[in-house]
Amino acid sequence: MNTKKNLVVIGNGMVGQHFLAQLVASPIKDEYNITTFCEEPRVAYDRVHLSAFFSGKTAEDLSLVEANFFEQHGIHLLLGDKAAKIDRATKTITSALGHTVSYDKLVLATGSFPFVPPVPGHDRPQCLVYRTIEDLEAIATAANKSKVGVVVGGGLLGLEAAKALKDLGLKTHVVEFAPRLMAVQLDEAGGTLLRNKIEQLGVTVHTNRNTQLITNGEQCLNKMCFADGEELETDIILFSAGIRPRDDIARDCELEVGARGGIVIDNQCKTSDPDIYAIGECALWNNMIYGLVAPGYAMARTVVADLAHQSASFMGADMSTKLKLMGVDVASIGDAHAKTPGALIYTYQNGELEIYKRLVVSPDKKYLLGAVLVGDASSYSTLLQYCLNGIQLPAQPDSLILPSLSSEPAGLGPDALPNTAQICSCYDVSKGDICQAVAAGCHTVGALKAETKAGSGCGGCAALVKSVLNSELAKQGVEVNTDLCEHFAYTRQELFTLIKVEKIRTFDDLLDKHGKGLGCEICKPTVASILASNWNDFILKTEHAPLQDTNDAFLANIQKDGTYSVVPRIAGGEITPDKLIVLGQIGKKYQLYTKITGGQRVDLFGARVEQLPLIWKELVDAGFESGHAYGKSLRTVKSCVGSNWCRYGVDDSVGLAIELENRYKGLRSPHKIKFAVSGCTRECAEAQGKDIGVIATETGWSLYVCGNGGMKPRHADLFATSLDKDTLIRYIDRFLSFYIQTADRLQRTSVWMENMAGGLDHLKEVIINDSLGLCEQLEAQMQHVVDTYQCEWKSTIEDESKLKRFKPFVNSEESDQHIVFIEERGQIRPAEPSPQKHFKMVEVA
Amino acid sequence: MTQWQTLCNLDDLPADSGICALIDELQIALFYVAKMQTVFALNNYDPFAKAHVLSRGIIGDVNGDPVVASPIYKQHFKLTTGECIEDTSVKITSYPVRINNQHIEIKLTHG
Repeated sequence: MNTKKNLVVIGNGMVGQHFLAQLVASPIKDEYNITTFCEEPRVAYDRVHLSAFFSGKTAEDLSLVEANFFEQHGIHLLLGDKAAKIDRATKTITSALGHTVSYDKLVLATGSFPFVPPVPGHDRPQCLVYRTIEDLEAIATAANKSKVGVVVGGGLLGLEAAKALKDLGLKTHVVEFAPRLMAVQLDEAGGTLLRNKIEQLGVTVHTNRNTQLITNGEQCLNKMCFADGEELETDIILFSAGIRPRDDIARDCELEVGARGGIVIDNQCKTSDPDIYAIGECALWNNMIYGLVAPGYAMARTVVADLAHQSASFMGADMSTKLKLMGVDVASIGDAHAKTPGALIYTYQNGELEIYKRLVVSPDKKYLLGAVLVGDASSYSTLLQYCLNGIQLPAQPDSLILPSLSSEPAGLGPDALPNTAQICSCYDVSKGDICQAVAAGCHTVGALKAETKAGSGCGGCAALVKSVLNSELAKQGVEVNTDLCEHFAYTRQELFTLIKVEKIRTFDDLLDKHGKGLGCEICKPTVASILASNWNDFILKTEHAPLQDTNDAFLANIQKDGTYSVVPRIAGGEITPDKLIVLGQIGKKYQLYTKITGGQRVDLFGARVEQLPLIWKELVDAGFESGHAYGKSLRTVKSCVGSNWCRYGVDDSVGLAIELENRYKGLRSPHKIKFAVSGCTRECAEAQGKDIGVIATETGWSLYVCGNGGMKPRHADLFATSLDKDTLIRYIDRFLSFYIQTADRLQRTSVWMENMAGGLDHLKEVIINDSLGLCEQLEAQMQHVVDTYQCEWKSTIEDESKLKRFKPFVNSEESDQHIVFIEERGQIRPAEPSPQKHFKMVEVA
Repeated sequence: MTQWQTLCNLDDLPADSGICALIDELQIALFYVAKMQTVFALNNYDPFAKAHVLSRGIIGDVNGDPVVASPIYKQHFKLTTGECIEDTSVKITSYPVRINNQHIEIKLTHG
């Protein structure tokens, strides 16, 4: 017999889903049969990052629900069905499709709807809102036949929407009723600076504009008429003038609602009916509607705790925000408008760099009440912690916003924070939670994210999470030593800069100037790689040869028995029958074990050192080049057969793969780099598992980055879409140069990006928008490497002095008698070493 | 009986690298550390990899001790004594070696 009670959630948006996730993680889940209504045709997705839909993310990418979530937890999902009516007497809900569901406990998470001002003409064609994926699809469709777009509303969401219109290629305007942008969060000076910055990006801003009529346009579909007599022609109008709580279902069943809307809740998020809760943007707490996701999540957690009979209260939420609007950092904390009586104000404005910062401080100068940051929000985390935790300010509070003239950062060390300090507001992770996770063995940012979820919401706390981590590790005695090795007290990135800036060209020179001792097997290959990335000398030049790992030193891959394997380059995996025959003939002649690699080429194993130059002489004569399978460098660009043959092919993937492989071959990097190019979205080349993946689409090439197969597979991130070939190559040039300059030794692109503050968004800013002003230099660096390419094997066999190293013995013409092969499946393999023969050489001390 | 025997010339040794010499069936890795102007000789056999490869390792120092790192699994062996730093129970044979008039000479104790 089923003794479980029924729990129903109306609404599967971000907050509704967060509630379910919290609920199923709690033991009380076993007490309930859970049902959720989802009016939209898809389950919860990330509305905070909705504009990413226009930069190539799919609805799937935005989804917040793990695959099989509902099935796995036995939650009954009513997808595409709207809860229409609540009967509190019988405790039943009737849906629009006629389903009846009874409840013991009910959670309303109906969210909000965009407010559309009741201006005559607001319902004309292409007058749209910006809330759901369906809205976005409607905007994309309208944009196809439009030139001009206007966003009504210059708040947070309005500016997000303006970015979307801009990305769709429209001439974009923002119309705001108030005298400045983001009037709720920013003061006048901050708003003005933001306006200037946004206008520089090509968006026209109109403030103090009251729309009175929307009618037929002459050049465009629509025309907006303002109270001051001005007019603006536009094809699309997007209303983003605030939200209103969706409380109609609560009104109909006579739950208490606020005068201006919103379902009234108490500190336990209970409505006027104790069996019904309301959470998120539909709920009115203390006469406040919270239009941010973090307070909604806090309400969701409160309800789960209340259901579990734990004492929990929602006591309001901090409305501080930090975000990047069209590449401009904007942040607002606490009492940004200095409404506290007697509050002191400190401002800093830098006209050249377009930075504005304002602090609001208590009358006794001890505590931070609020702050506004525009143009540079790097001190947000520190200031927020001061504000939320009541940490006493330094004697001169303005030192927190003035540019630091010493190199000492004006940050607040993580040790100054109490354990209760909330570090990640999206997932309510405190400093104590992080310390606990570090103590339990999470020693990297990635491990912390996986364990606590800290930093996996908006990402605003990433830097703070990292500093707490480092401080905890240091306390535990885990040394956070970023030195490359005992010979260089520098990171790889610092060495790269030293070598580049001081034009250092040899290891010995670097060691004399910046290191100590003789070097080792860590710093030598690392420096050799940096030297090669910068100057691209022949790696076996006398001064570079001793630095190379054995694979680079012998230009082949050492195997367990000390023999080597040979991999000639087969760019894009395309090879003529004649060349294939040459490989077969060489394999046969030198009796090599032959295998096809995962990178679409042929590996020939079992070559003795002295055979390598002979084999390569034949390969070079037949037109082969080094495949650099031995190097931390570009390996292969895998491709599918593409549009020349494939009936589904959209573009010539093989042609592009060959071009890319030939462009980047020989490039030395912190670790190996793999590419792939697919000719259509069927993705036969598996490009989304590579450092660089390219996929042909009808509108151009899509670029994916930082994927990985191997030990820790990682799906690549979509980086840019609809690229022509020149732009694609330019982005890859910049990306690879930036990786080579900044990654740690042996750090693949996937881990590099995951550890980067700001992650993918930051990377896009640097590579696409040139936010660091580096792109010209990054491209030049790559072009130098491309222009100075040489086949290392060709250079070697043409230089008699280099061939000496390939003699197995300096004083004998014999070859190594210890290398013995046996036969298996018609080919050779190493024999197991015979213990008797070598035993006497190992002495036990 | 023990005698110094010549293996090759100093010119044959690449600076800061290893090279291998053969005496009968014995493979001897020779390392020339240019900064110390010193030659070291170890048995070429890597007991961890069970292959004759040590002459192809990178040389350097660990806390001032000159070492070679195995090219296969990267264990460090002291060039002076053959001791393995990661596993002190393992020691490979080291041989007395000298530069005599630009010749590299070695003395094998077992003759």
